[in-house]
Amino acid sequence: MSVLLKVENLKTQFKTDAGLVKAVDGVSYHVDEQEIVGLVGESGCGKSVSQLSVMQLVPTPPGEITDGEVIFEGQDLLKFEAKGSKMRSVRGAKIAMIFQEPMTSLNPVLTIGRQITEMLELHLSMDTEAARGRAIELLRLVGIPSAESRIDDYPHQFSGGMRQRVMIAIALSCHPRILIADEPTTALDVTTQAQLMELMKDMVDHFRASLVIVTHNLGVIARYAQRIYIMYAGRIVEAGTTKDIFAHPHHPYTIGLIKCIPRLDEEKGKKLVPIVGLPPNLINMPSTCAFLPRCPYRTEKCEREPWPGLNLIDGQHYAACYADIREE
Amino acid sequence: MSEKDVKGAEFLEIAPRVSWFKRFRRVFFSRGVVVFGLVVIVALVVAAIFAPVIAPYGPYEQHLDNILAQPDLQHLLGTDSLGRDTLSRVIFGTRPSLLVGLVAITIAAGIGMSLGLIAGYFGGTIYAIIMRLVDTLMSIPMILLALTLAIVLGGGLRNIIIALGVSMIPPYARVMCGQALSIKENDYIIAAHAIGGSNRHVMLRHLAPNCFPPLIVLMTMQIGGAILAESSLSFLGIGISPPAAAWGAMVNDGYRYLLTNPVLSFAPGVAIMLVVFAFNMVGDGLRDALDPRLRGVI
Repeated sequence: MSVLLKVENLKTQFKTDAGLVKAVDGVSYHVDEQEIVGLVGESGCGKSVSQLSVMQLVPTPPGEITDGEVIFEGQDLLKFEAKGSKMRSVRGAKIAMIFQEPMTSLNPVLTIGRQITEMLELHLSMDTEAARGRAIELLRLVGIPSAESRIDDYPHQFSGGMRQRVMIAIALSCHPRILIADEPTTALDVTTQAQLMELMKDMVDHFRASLVIVTHNLGVIARYAQRIYIMYAGRIVEAGTTKDIFAHPHHPYTIGLIKCIPRLDEEKGKKLVPIVGLPPNLINMPSTCAFLPRCPYRTEKCEREPWPGLNLIDGQHYAACYADIREE
Repeated sequence: MSEKDVKGAEFLEIAPRVSWFKRFRRVFFSRGVVVFGLVVIVALVVAAIFAPVIAPYGPYEQHLDNILAQPDLQHLLGTDSLGRDTLSRVIFGTRPSLLVGLVAITIAAGIGMSLGLIAGYFGGTIYAIIMRLVDTLMSIPMILLALTLAIVLGGGLRNIIIALGVSMIPPYARVMCGQALSIKENDYIIAAHAIGGSNRHVMLRHLAPNCFPPLIVLMTMQIGGAILAESSLSFLGIGISPPAAAWGAMVNDGYRYLLTNPVLSFAPGVAIMLVVFAFNMVGDGLRDALDPRLRGVI
């Protein structure tokens, strides 16, 4: 399948009083058509910022996209003016986004219907009647019961899971090519998480869109993603198909993440292995591997050499590590 | 108690759907003092419109044979030193008062809120320039500024409205800017950008409506304030020039007779107090009724 979105060497920095924060430091990835891609990492590893950078929604100042390319439909999105009409016609219409907090990402003073029709009127120039009909249809599609009456409700009358469904309906209303879901299920309980993941998968199938799921929970996306990127301290440290990542994790960080997930097939009473230490401070990062202080596999070479780039392991599997780890 | 005793259906009863207007009405009219404020305002508006019909005498009509009369059946609130009927003048006085209050606040709120919204939304240099200008305006006491403007522009109703309108800009700009600054950090503003909304669209459709609740209260309170300021200016002799009936000027005229004819000052004074109070109460009621977060709760 052909590549739909290609991000090359993306760098985003924030100027703070304490110093320069390299939130995204040379990230490259791609998304194929109708593919589900996972972007996994701890809080503050730059996964959300990288997605906001693709949409040019990083607050500037203090943030700044300093380098990189975002190739989408043959054009570099970063060449577009952030608030210009070209970028705006991409946002929402071509690349849509779902945010982490369903409780705050809907405008509290507008009805649900108004917030969906707004999108249709903005990008598809629909008239009010048609947009309303389409909005009801979309609400029904994402599983809101009695959509005809709920369309005139306000966000506070919806539960968290339902709000996230509404967000999905808004995001998909203009048939985007890519849906970026920034920790879409983090704020929800586990049952709702599962329902929403199913719904998102169904929806991107239905609309033939690609899906980028940003999450800190490998378990959430294991079932859905075709490929996974693991991010650490602003860089991608391992990339591969979901099978590669789970069956043959190669980077110590990925191994650590997988060991944190409880498994059903393990003997009872076995303890989970946490990753020791804390994520690094992104100000004044050492030139050596950022994971080094927490790494159980560290070698002398790691202390000497700079942070390695992604090395091909096999097929589509890449890892940024000197150590040759083969764990099953 | 067996499981059968628990009736599930009771919990499934859904509250009847209430239309927006009904909800507004219920919340707004649930407090007596708000209703009182509304009644006072409606009465004042009616009085202003139908003043010639309601007032027993004309505002300039002199009864020189009966000056400084105490309240009696002929002159319910007595007469002033020129023999003019106080009640009639208080009734005619609603006209300039309401006009000044409403128009001056419309000017101030319109300009102030636009400036505040732009400053808060864009931030940075635009914020600094606008807000420093507003600060400069704010550093001059309102009455002093209005006084200066009134002197420069000359007295009269129109100039008083302009003077008060300009001098009341700062609080709107300040409050709006503060609201915009905090509300623009909400996820739904980023979401509005993420669906491809332009600056103007995000500002007017998503940001501004969320900023309004405290401003509605501020506006209704400031209407009272503007009426009070107009009265102060008239009291100081800068505002609406005699012989026109204005409450502030009437208080000024009357205070010389405070010991013998207190009603001369008290009647317009009570009118000022009532109207300020009424607008404040209606402002409170509006805030409660318009806040969508309180809908369904009250």
